[in-house]
Amino acid sequence: MSVARFWRKIPQRYNLVGTRCETCGRHYFPPRSFCPDCRRGGKIAEYRFPGTGKVVTCTVIRSASEQFENITPYVLAIIQLDEGPRLTAQVVAKPGEVAVGTRVRSVFRRIMADGDSGVIHYGTKFVPVK
Amino acid sequence: MRDVAVIGIGCTTFGEKWESSFGDLFVEAGALALADAELSGESIDAMYVGNMSAGRFIEQEHIGALIADYAGLSTNHIPATRVEAACASGGLAFRQAVISVASGISDIVVAAGVEKMTDVGTGASVDTLAGAADREWEGFMGATFPGLYAMIATDYMHRFPLTREELGMVAVKNHRNGAKNPIAQFRQEISLDTVLSSSLVADPLRLFDCSPITDGAAAVILAPLERAREFTDTPVKVLATAQASDTIALHDRRDISTLDATVVAGERAFAMAGIPRERIDFLEVHDCFTIAEICAIEDLGFCRKGEAGTLTSQGVTALDGDLPVNTSGGLKACGHPVGATGIKQVCEVVQQLRGEAGARQVDGEIGLTHNVGGTGATVVVHILGVT
Repeated sequence: MSVARFWRKIPQRYNLVGTRCETCGRHYFPPRSFCPDCRRGGKIAEYRFPGTGKVVTCTVIRSASEQFENITPYVLAIIQLDEGPRLTAQVVAKPGEVAVGTRVRSVFRRIMADGDSGVIHYGTKFVPVK
Repeated sequence: MRDVAVIGIGCTTFGEKWESSFGDLFVEAGALALADAELSGESIDAMYVGNMSAGRFIEQEHIGALIADYAGLSTNHIPATRVEAACASGGLAFRQAVISVASGISDIVVAAGVEKMTDVGTGASVDTLAGAADREWEGFMGATFPGLYAMIATDYMHRFPLTREELGMVAVKNHRNGAKNPIAQFRQEISLDTVLSSSLVADPLRLFDCSPITDGAAAVILAPLERAREFTDTPVKVLATAQASDTIALHDRRDISTLDATVVAGERAFAMAGIPRERIDFLEVHDCFTIAEICAIEDLGFCRKGEAGTLTSQGVTALDGDLPVNTSGGLKACGHPVGATGIKQVCEVVQQLRGEAGARQVDGEIGLTHNVGGTGATVVVHILGVT
């Protein structure tokens, strides 16, 4: 992923910055610049998610694309944040420690590196909450 | 709108075809389809070619003109258009060709699909295929394509009583069909034990739950139904063409293990054909993973959610069952050259309707194809029938 393409989304990737419609109260991640429900009646404001939620579904990736080969096996999940939005992220845990319904919280982690001498990309992963 | 018929079909063998280039594959399939329709190239008015990612697989773009040129049609200057919708590229190319003929703009139109996947290594092809999902919010996080379908399977198995064995029976059944298909990549039957003991790719999916990486091409020729008998005694009528879209990311779907785009495209297709789904005799569905076939049968409305595993283990979807599914061997055993798959599905249904399917022949007058892009962000459904 190019540096600029990554850099544009740093607030979202590092700090789970999304948006909230102040008209209807719905939260959006990734951020939306208008509310699909309220359309022109919506009022969008920035919202930083605290990062707590639960696992909706999950898997253990054992055969990965090149950038992730060195960390297999890893747990990948769809997380539902407590405010409602869902996102795809890794859960830092051993296979078997994560199941549908597991409570999680967000952490800042290294996601991948672009080759041996490339840029290191950071972002949000999750850990189980004991 | 004019009625449209398929008057010719052609398909290369599917597999790891080291000796064939992208162009070779297309030219072979196109020549077979022309010969089948007893047509020469000069008769072609337009061409649509489904291709997902020649740019990343063989570093070649501008596929429409390239294909027309390789087919020897550059001096005819025909309109040649590439169509892309990830793994639904072929089905969508077929739909564009149908629309072109139905509209009256063109008479004789080629719909083709081609993918040359084995010129890059497995890691690069896995990454290319992940481009069918949301790169920013799925791929970047480490999602692979099997991983996304594995999360569909986890959700499904959490909510419905599908067993690991029933899921494996999808692959066993499709290999049984593929063994009877001369073009199939895998022409051998497998046991349930082979599926269940194969290595895990993304839990709960194992290697034998996954369709392979494949080279191949397929082509069909369309004409207005009123002219079809000039070219063939066995035209197959396109009864319906339907397409639907959904969120690109799996996590944004209303329901993780229901492909709403399949539900909607299916309903649109049955409405357009003006027939109830009970009239459909057999299906070619998009079984890129075993769980995908389970979802497809249910989301198209042939049984309730949670029942397709039982139907599969009871043999209802086998060649001799009441509703044969993936008589070609499906993506699993026939192979999955992503841009070509949607056209191959049409070729299979046409072969069945003409009674030319040999050892895998089933009875029927109406067949359905179901082609999925990504995890269900694009779905294309066609219904074809004898005339």
